[in-house]
Amino acid sequence: MSMASVHSSSPVPVVNHTASETGALDAKIAVRNLNFFYGGNRALKDINVPLYAKKVTAFIGPSGCGKSTLLRILNRVYDLYPNQRAEGEVVLDGQNILEPGQDLNLLRARVGMVFQKPTPFPMSIYENIAFGVRLYERLPRSDLDSRVEQALRRAALWDEVKDKLAANGLSLSGGQQQRLCIARTVAVKPEVILLDEPCSALDPISTAKIEELIDELKDDYTIAIVTHNMQQAARCSDYTAFMYLGELVEFDTTSKMFTTPSDRRTQDYITGRFG
Amino acid sequence: MTMSEHTIKAFDTELQDLTRVVIEMGGLAERQIVNALEALEKHDTALAQRVIADDAKIDALQREVEEKSILTIARRQPMAVDLREVVGALRLANDLERVGDLAKNIAKRVGALDTDFQPQQVMRGVEHMTDLVLAQLKEVLDSFAHRDIAKALAVWRGDEEVDAVNNSLFRELLTYMMEDPRNISYCIHLLFCAKNIERMGDHATNIAETVYYMVEGRALAEERPKGDTTAMTSVPFRK
Repeated sequence: MSMASVHSSSPVPVVNHTASETGALDAKIAVRNLNFFYGGNRALKDINVPLYAKKVTAFIGPSGCGKSTLLRILNRVYDLYPNQRAEGEVVLDGQNILEPGQDLNLLRARVGMVFQKPTPFPMSIYENIAFGVRLYERLPRSDLDSRVEQALRRAALWDEVKDKLAANGLSLSGGQQQRLCIARTVAVKPEVILLDEPCSALDPISTAKIEELIDELKDDYTIAIVTHNMQQAARCSDYTAFMYLGELVEFDTTSKMFTTPSDRRTQDYITGRFG
Repeated sequence: MTMSEHTIKAFDTELQDLTRVVIEMGGLAERQIVNALEALEKHDTALAQRVIADDAKIDALQREVEEKSILTIARRQPMAVDLREVVGALRLANDLERVGDLAKNIAKRVGALDTDFQPQQVMRGVEHMTDLVLAQLKEVLDSFAHRDIAKALAVWRGDEEVDAVNNSLFRELLTYMMEDPRNISYCIHLLFCAKNIERMGDHATNIAETVYYMVEGRALAEERPKGDTTAMTSVPFRK
């Protein structure tokens, strides 16, 4: 999917790139005219936004603006709950994932998610990672071992846990647990990683490690991150989307959004003048 | 531009404080120019000494702006318009500190200019140039206080007249020097004074650019009109 086709089929809010900036940017995911309902409550209103391939897109906005809701639609986690309904299109590699008949397990393997609170399974560090892999692939033990090691290395956790892979995942510190969750997500070889406030429960050092990780992961994955930490969004994303009251107010390069945003509401929010 | 307040009120206070100190610096710099020129015209060495001593006050204010800015950046991590406010204050303080230095340099030359050779026309040229630069400085400080880009742009474009006076002064002084080598000492010192004043005008245009950036969030794209031709000027020597 080219950037041009994203634009032509649905208006993506203000992106004034120069040709060199956009280059060969592909939208890995294109959200088009998306509306979302919790029962009768319309939580998202006509959202149009691209997630560019191998870029980090940050979603910012006050609590309740719909950013986590949007993330939950991108791998249809919302489907697990009754009375929740999405209308519009979420196009992943040319295919609308909101259409019926999707293999949701496969979708969630392609679009992995890490939550605000670390959620390791109450099992060994090794099993925390191997468990997900076994759902999708039958690997000989040695291959599985190396997959686990790879994932832990990818999540910058290997050196800290290599001597205690049999220890319970819950015995790790909060920051380590979160990296374990990222390792678990990475292990099933996703294409997109969704991070929903991954650092909000972590200390600054663990936060820095996760951010460093995001920086490395974007070479291979398309990443969306929801964060309340403005500096974090400014530090680790390439694009930023500002949402307010269920609407997408502004989407642009992160450097533009945090220095000269176009919309007054964006400016008020990022400078701490809201409400 | 009117801005709603920050949720954290102390942040507003810090930014207002920065603006206040910069404006105070501007006022001091203006006074230094006026005094330096008065000392020059009246050969008032006591006043000149005061200008030299008072420069330390401007330097102290510049340090205050720097310290306040660094603290605000560390404490608030300002973004967008707030970040430009802080960066702008730092740049303005730099320019105003330089203006103060230039005034001090004029004051230092007052003693050396106390000679019998006193061409009135040249001195009037220097006075005229000073008036122009003072007006520029006042306008640009006003544009900063009110975040008024129209005013800032007027200052930015209005530097050519200063350059024109400087050019003609330069030629005149060159001529006096050729006429009689005994004039050289006086002329060289006055030439430096004129150059200093011209430089102050350049700092006023720098400030105009900064004000524009603070408000608009982008640099002035066009090339500033420039009229200083002294670097290319020579007067043929005739026997």
